[in-house]
Amino acid sequence: MTDIEKTSHPSGTAPRPADEGLDARLVVDRGRFRLDVTLKAAPGDVVALLGPNGAGKTTALRALAGLAPLTDGHLRLDGDSLERTPPESRPVGVVFQDYLLFPHLTALDNVAFGPRCHGATKAEARARAAEWLERMGLAEHAGAKPRRLSGGQAQRVALARALATHPRLLLLDEPLAALDARTRLDIRAQLRRHLADFEAVAVLVTHDPLDAMVLADRLVVIEDGHVVQEGTPGHIARHPRTDYIAHLVGLNLYKGQAEGHTVRLGSGPSITTTEDLAGPVFVTFPPSAVTLHRDRPTGTSARNLWHCEVAGLETHGDQIRADLTGELPLVADLTTVAAAELGLHPGAPVWATVKAAQTHAYPA
Amino acid sequence: MTRSVRRIRRPRRMSQAAGASAAALLALSACSSSDGSSTATSGSSGLSGTVTVFAAASLKESFTTLGEQFEKEHPGTKVTFSFGGSDSLAASITGGAPADVFASASPRTMAIVTDAGDASGTPATFVRNQLEIATLPGNPERISSLKDLTKSGLKVVLCDKEVPCGAAAQKALEAGGLELTPVSYEQDVKAALTKVELKEADAAVVYKSDVDAAGDKVEGVEFPESADAVNDYPIALLKDAPNAEAAKAFIALVRSAEGQEVLTGAGFLKP
Amino acid sequence: MTQVDECGPVPGPPTGGPRRRRGRAAVSRRRSPVPLPLLLPALVGLAFLVLPLIALLVRTPWAGLPGRLTSPAVWQALQLSLLCATAATAVSLVVGVPLAWLLARVDFPGRGLVRALVTLPLVLPPVVGGVALLMALGRNGVVGKWLDAWFGITLPFTTAGVVVAEAFVAMPFLVISVEGTLRAADPRYEEAATTLGASRFTAFRRVTLPLVAPGIAAGAVLAWARALGEFGATITFAGNFPGRTQTMPLAVYLALQSDPEAAIALSLVLLAVSIAVLAGLRDRWMTAS
Repeated sequence: MTDIEKTSHPSGTAPRPADEGLDARLVVDRGRFRLDVTLKAAPGDVVALLGPNGAGKTTALRALAGLAPLTDGHLRLDGDSLERTPPESRPVGVVFQDYLLFPHLTALDNVAFGPRCHGATKAEARARAAEWLERMGLAEHAGAKPRRLSGGQAQRVALARALATHPRLLLLDEPLAALDARTRLDIRAQLRRHLADFEAVAVLVTHDPLDAMVLADRLVVIEDGHVVQEGTPGHIARHPRTDYIAHLVGLNLYKGQAEGHTVRLGSGPSITTTEDLAGPVFVTFPPSAVTLHRDRPTGTSARNLWHCEVAGLETHGDQIRADLTGELPLVADLTTVAAAELGLHPGAPVWATVKAAQTHAYPA
Repeated sequence: MTRSVRRIRRPRRMSQAAGASAAALLALSACSSSDGSSTATSGSSGLSGTVTVFAAASLKESFTTLGEQFEKEHPGTKVTFSFGGSDSLAASITGGAPADVFASASPRTMAIVTDAGDASGTPATFVRNQLEIATLPGNPERISSLKDLTKSGLKVVLCDKEVPCGAAAQKALEAGGLELTPVSYEQDVKAALTKVELKEADAAVVYKSDVDAAGDKVEGVEFPESADAVNDYPIALLKDAPNAEAAKAFIALVRSAEGQEVLTGAGFLKP
Repeated sequence: MTQVDECGPVPGPPTGGPRRRRGRAAVSRRRSPVPLPLLLPALVGLAFLVLPLIALLVRTPWAGLPGRLTSPAVWQALQLSLLCATAATAVSLVVGVPLAWLLARVDFPGRGLVRALVTLPLVLPPVVGGVALLMALGRNGVVGKWLDAWFGITLPFTTAGVVVAEAFVAMPFLVISVEGTLRAADPRYEEAATTLGASRFTAFRRVTLPLVAPGIAAGAVLAWARALGEFGATITFAGNFPGRTQTMPLAVYLALQSDPEAAIALSLVLLAVSIAVLAGLRDRWMTAS
């Protein structure tokens, strides 16, 4: 698992005009499903398409690669229109979810495949492939067939293979999904470095928020074929706008009407916040901010107090996550000890409090 | 196809049982008396059941006619035919195929059956067949003799030497002192004729009866050497015949004046 | 970013699970006996297939065998058989593999009909196939007429005609086999190749073809075996002439007319050669998949 640091990039860096990068509106109709997303990225950007299964992330990726035809929209890369360009003529590299390394070729020949198709002689292509494998710390595995490679090694060969054609757009489909938890940690860190070195646009598709936030400069959240939110990982983590994102980043999210420090949620309860806002807003608080009580607490400073019922319990790391229904549906994290002391079980009535200081409200 | 009859195999035990009862039957031949009927339990008008006739492919048209005639004369009987190359049929019979009558296109193929002891008595010649040249309609190559077939560029098919029509053709060629290299040695006379009917070959040496049966799809050319290669067609009752009585009656019909009329009408010669 | 950590990474598919399950399956396969309702018919099936071959061996006239087999006529027929079966397999590969690819990978209207048409020679009696070939490619055939008029090519009664007849009968085996393999092969490998700059043809040649090579080999072996034993279409379309169109099955059939022992001897040669070739190929190719 050695990773050789290199500062120079094999393709070299030529000065580029200002209108470079990706500018796309991808519309793909497939039966009752319609994908319609707009993507813009500058060279050097790493954009993550984040969304639940079936949201259209992979369709978007395939449309960018030319493997799924566009119904409508446009696709410009460094000023060139690519809508009608077949996949083999697009300056696009793809790292597929399960890598799709050609099983009959060695690691070296897998990486050399692209350069060969782009007109390099066999010797040139192999030399370049060897260089890429070296960079990925895989020089000693050059002669290995894919089935002899570990998951992490295969992932890096796949990345080397995609990069060896010097793509102007690098696409990664769930690049870490096929790895086990331990390998994933290492590979995620390495991939982050390689993406940081990559001077053109990279778009990665994932349903894992951690991958997205570690690897990408910018997140584009897709639900049901449409972009529901985009921004930096930090911004999205703090300001989720849909239940899906809130769930992903582990926050309780509510939408309501703010009047000063009070946010009224529909006809139901209200939440007291520190922010002073007016009009439609979102309110969030993390599950760890919730305190549970068996009896109605007295003399607490918490302004937010709700009577709930335990709907379900599950272990979450070294904590217990309680799913609550009642006045305000929410999730709360508590220690195993606390859960035992409270005698929590599905159906048990509890009181939940949240300090106003731990809530966060922002305009909707 | 008729070749499929070769796959029929009678279990040995069954053929032995049938053989025991048939052993009492005397052969039906020109000189046989009718005392074989002493074993028959049914009356003279009691012919019934199926008569299975294995007959040379060239007999197809005339025997089919005779079969219908037989069924009309003897209500309650049914005549089923297996037409094919005489050799294949002989091989089927010696292999145990359940047949009553064998009508062959050559004494040699009949000898295979009699040598194996599968025939009942001596076979009788019931017709003779003469060779003829089958040419394309209108005889565009103007073939008038066997010698004309040796012209280069002409595509001629013969029957394989292993089958009667091929052997006869060889005999005729030898009689004329001729060397003929055909494009193909066909597996039976019908196959040879088909090649001319489909215009793939310019000519074939086949039986006169086959030329007649083909109607206007081919044109026949007689040649004198055919007199040296006249084929005798023997017919015999088989030893293990399951329906010997009806079989004898069928053979009698074939050899009657009525039967001979049908056969000569189809291009065969009287014996 | 603390919230992110709380949420934690979505766990990937547990890798231990399937492996453990596979292990259990292997164990149970070893321990449980073969069920009788399967074993008995299997043995009957085996006996049914092998018994006729054994009978052939039992009835072989071993004494006269060397004399019969060294006759030049036998070698001529055997050589012609091997040559034509191999040529027919080559023809089938050249046009059959692309046809299989078309059926497996390209979604065109009437694909089901085309597939049915391709498999038709499988159910057609070979003799009918031979007649059909005469009507198509014969001297007076629909296409053959023009072949004769323009190029002076006539196929019936020629060795090429034998190859045509055998290919007609054998190719469907290859197409069906290769199409099945192509369908089972992951088409995304071709997509991966195109994203690397390979044209569809290059992707086929450099990726798909090597991937399905075992299936193609299996199909080719099937087709070759079928071509080697071909009788009906061959004798109907190409006729029977020693050294030119008389292959082993034809020689066997005609020998059967007068000399069944010779036919058995010839069959034995055909059998021995095919077993040798099939066994050799099976070890090298078909277990590779």
